[in-house]
Amino acid sequence: MASEYTTTEYIQHHLTNATMCTTESGIAFNKACKDAGFWVWNIDTLAWSIGLGILFLWLFTSAAKKATTGVPTKWQAFIELVIDFVNTNVKDTFHGKNSLIAPLALTIFVWVFLMNLMDLVPVDILPTIAGLVGSTFFGMDPHDVYMKAVPTTDLNLTFALALGVFVLIVYYSIKIKGISGFMKELTLQPFNHWAFIPVNFILESVTLIARPVSLALRLFGNLYASELIFILIATLGLWQLPLHFPWAVFHILVLPLQAFIFMMLTIVYLSLAHEDH
Amino acid sequence: MNINATLIGQMIAFAVFVWFCMKYVWPPLLGAIEERQKKIADGLEASDQAEKDLAEAQAKAAEQVKEAKSQAADIIEQAKKRANQLVDEETQKGHAEREKIIAQGYAEIEAERNRAREDLRKQVSALAIAGAEKILAREIDKEAQADIVAKLVDEL
Repeated sequence: MASEYTTTEYIQHHLTNATMCTTESGIAFNKACKDAGFWVWNIDTLAWSIGLGILFLWLFTSAAKKATTGVPTKWQAFIELVIDFVNTNVKDTFHGKNSLIAPLALTIFVWVFLMNLMDLVPVDILPTIAGLVGSTFFGMDPHDVYMKAVPTTDLNLTFALALGVFVLIVYYSIKIKGISGFMKELTLQPFNHWAFIPVNFILESVTLIARPVSLALRLFGNLYASELIFILIATLGLWQLPLHFPWAVFHILVLPLQAFIFMMLTIVYLSLAHEDH
Repeated sequence: MNINATLIGQMIAFAVFVWFCMKYVWPPLLGAIEERQKKIADGLEASDQAEKDLAEAQAKAAEQVKEAKSQAADIIEQAKKRANQLVDEETQKGHAEREKIIAQGYAEIEAERNRAREDLRKQVSALAIAGAEKILAREIDKEAQADIVAKLVDEL
């Protein structure tokens, strides 16, 4: 931890995204974007998440291109292990024909896992490098250079994923059941009587909307909390050494688990959307 | 920490990644897995079939060997029988031949003896006649005495 920070400043610095926006005087960064409202881009989240997404696709396409039906290489076998894992989960939960759900689940699982994995990068490395680059090449104060490297600790990313899933839930609900079927599902459950239609609608709407919200907040909350604790541990000086290790080991479980939960719930929600009552 | 335009950017990125995964990642990899599974299943089935065929062939071979053995035993049995039969036949033929030869020998001997006896008798009778002629020292009517001579010859 840099000595010129107070602890609060240090933590805030680590939890602030690098932002970019356009102002009247052209493209502006970070503090200049404070009043830009909605049209602000979190460039660190975008860069890391897209970079990791491309890494995921590159790893898997490189295996797919060389995929052989004979004896697989070790790399192909590993990739197939992941594919088979996702495929088994999809098949167990979703009993229909849909060529989107399995690749969607794979993308969510591997991409979210890779983004979660950024949590295990020691918290100071990337902000320090970014600060050095900023001060050396752009003459910026390192305090004004932000780098929040775990994309899943950004609400924008988790909500983007959840909203994508939500759009699919609505799309498949309407596609399978028709608009009237979807509306019936929203208004005639759980009490099948016309007098209860408003009550049903409120209940079912909450259920429907709670799905993406819970998806987004669960992932965000878990990763944000764990990242915060990593940062807190990093403020302890020498004591961070014995504490950092068990917390990191604990995340060997937490990080894949969160990715798995997000994938599993996506599959469950989409299979519910396919169910005709 | 605010919701901002990043949300839109991330949604677009998410959509592109899912589309790319659906198009270029998932089908070839799952296809390879499923094809290999089919290959392995086929291979296992073929090996089962081969095992069954092998067992069948072994049973068939064993049966054939057994059959061949019994045939061989039959043939040997027949050959022995035939050999015995041949020996018997030859022996019988030999016996018959011997008997015949012996019988012939006896017959010849008998015939020889009879001839010799006949000769002897004739000579003796001639001798007797000559002796009688000499004893009597006179001419005897051969015709008149012929019955006496014949009697003599018979008595010999």
